[in-house]
Amino acid sequence: MKTVLAEHLVKTYRKGHVRALDDLSLDVEEGTVLSVLGPNGAGKTTVVRILATLLAPDSGSARVGGFDVIRHPDKVREIIGLSGQYAAVDETLNGWDNLVMFGRLYHLSKSAAVKRAEELLEQFSLAESARRPIKTYSGGMRRRLDLAASLIVQPKVLFLDEPTTGLDPRGRQEMWQVIEELVKGGVTLLLTTQYLEEADQLADDIVVIDHGKVIARGTSDALKKQVGGEQLEVIVEHHNVAATLEAVGRVSGAKPIFDEGLRKISAPVSTGARALIEVLRSLDADGIHPLDIALKRPSLDDVFMALTGHVAEDEALDDVSKKRGR
Amino acid sequence: MKYAISDAWVITKRQLLLLIRVPEVLIFSTIQPVMFVILFRYVFGGSITSGQPGGYVQFLMPGIFVQTVAFTLAGTASGVAEDMKKGLIDRYQSLPISRSVFVIGKTLGDSALNIVVLLVMGLAGFIVGWRPHSGFLKVMLAFVFLLAFGYALSWIGIFVGLTAKDARVVQNVGFLVTFPLTFLSNAFAPTTGMPKALQYFAEWNPVSTMVAACRQLFGLTNKFGVTAGTYPSTHPLIMSLVYMVLVMAVFVPLSVRSYANSAKK
Repeated sequence: MKTVLAEHLVKTYRKGHVRALDDLSLDVEEGTVLSVLGPNGAGKTTVVRILATLLAPDSGSARVGGFDVIRHPDKVREIIGLSGQYAAVDETLNGWDNLVMFGRLYHLSKSAAVKRAEELLEQFSLAESARRPIKTYSGGMRRRLDLAASLIVQPKVLFLDEPTTGLDPRGRQEMWQVIEELVKGGVTLLLTTQYLEEADQLADDIVVIDHGKVIARGTSDALKKQVGGEQLEVIVEHHNVAATLEAVGRVSGAKPIFDEGLRKISAPVSTGARALIEVLRSLDADGIHPLDIALKRPSLDDVFMALTGHVAEDEALDDVSKKRGR
Repeated sequence: MKYAISDAWVITKRQLLLLIRVPEVLIFSTIQPVMFVILFRYVFGGSITSGQPGGYVQFLMPGIFVQTVAFTLAGTASGVAEDMKKGLIDRYQSLPISRSVFVIGKTLGDSALNIVVLLVMGLAGFIVGWRPHSGFLKVMLAFVFLLAFGYALSWIGIFVGLTAKDARVVQNVGFLVTFPLTFLSNAFAPTTGMPKALQYFAEWNPVSTMVAACRQLFGLTNKFGVTAGTYPSTHPLIMSLVYMVLVMAVFVPLSVRSYANSAKK
């Protein structure tokens, strides 16, 4: 069953001058995770806001849990959880207050709201800081609290709009763990992200969008195959360039690219860490000590390069919709 | 719909909880009016002839009460603007609650804050010699009037907060509007000393009619200072009510609509 189904969504801003969504369709199978991947301004937030009943599309239709988001927004709101890019919690109150308040607004009884708040605080490792003002929370803690607030009534469908944007690596890691737990619990999840790595880690399926259109869809493996896997990069002293080009070319099987300014030699590899070791061995045998060597996983830019032939462009559009919306 | 009242109460309680969790809010909402009381009572008061039995402080305190209530408008507006910016409004809108719940709860919560603030100010007034002598009922009626005024104003605050872009701007703009309104009035000095044109402005000013209405309810004889004889200066109670009804009639629908549309832009 398709728990989320969006068909031919169109949304324009500034009286039609900016097309945020341009005939966008996507769907999420029950109990699976779909990641909507795209740069700023691709329309990610707009999709989420439409599916979460906050925004009406100009045309097209969307159903969540079988309910039409335009005709039955109340029904949709009862089964969804939404966590946005900003931690939408009341900073003047503490964590406990926030969760109890939202619990009450989901029409839990006072005691049920308290019980649920305590469960969630425990689950999200916030129990110790429950009575501290949110102002003293780290970015990661705020996001976790925000996520907890969207899980009060155990939604069937969860929308996470860039859940880790702006978090440090540790915060991101913690957030991923939390999200993975939720997915194990069987929630249907639609998450937007700018990071291929995140989509790779969390999603069953990935939809790549650009300028409000879906430009690719598939599993992360399939997408990566399209992109061409990993890239090996070596930086050496000038006098070692020739020998290194030769070694990298041999391991990669493709002609390496040489960046003169950075003295960087790079080539696609398919065997991952093994390629790295082979190149290192070969360089070592020639007595060459690289200044830097790295295995680069494909980034969103690489995906875009491969799919569209242009780099991911940042546009102010998402910012416009956010500023207006918030 | 059956949850509308309890939902609104949850939002109201959020505002009340704020008083406990962030006591600075109460301190900062009362410290400024307390400073005004001291300033006008002891610094300027000596040179203002109010012609009131019981002295200038009798004349002053109703002005302070109205000013205090009027200044909370900026707080309401910047609070709402902050909620917008933080995405809190998005969260409320994705909840299965009625759209008007947030705005109603918010305005009621601000009224609750006003009750506490007015209590503190009444006490401050009492300490510096303010003694209303119209009887308990009329004094209470004056405070109910003040709360109603604050409630009407908070709807303006909601609308401004929802439509503005930035909380700090809202705070400044709110101040820029409420400051002249409270000073170009009869709140601190009789209007007679003003140039003729300003005198008319001051007498039609809702702040003046509110202050005069309170003075009347507190039993003051010369409720307006001296008047230019305009209708509002002679009928302050009625005019204040008219202003409140007008404000509500315009800003309740505007705020509710603007809240419902806030996500749709």
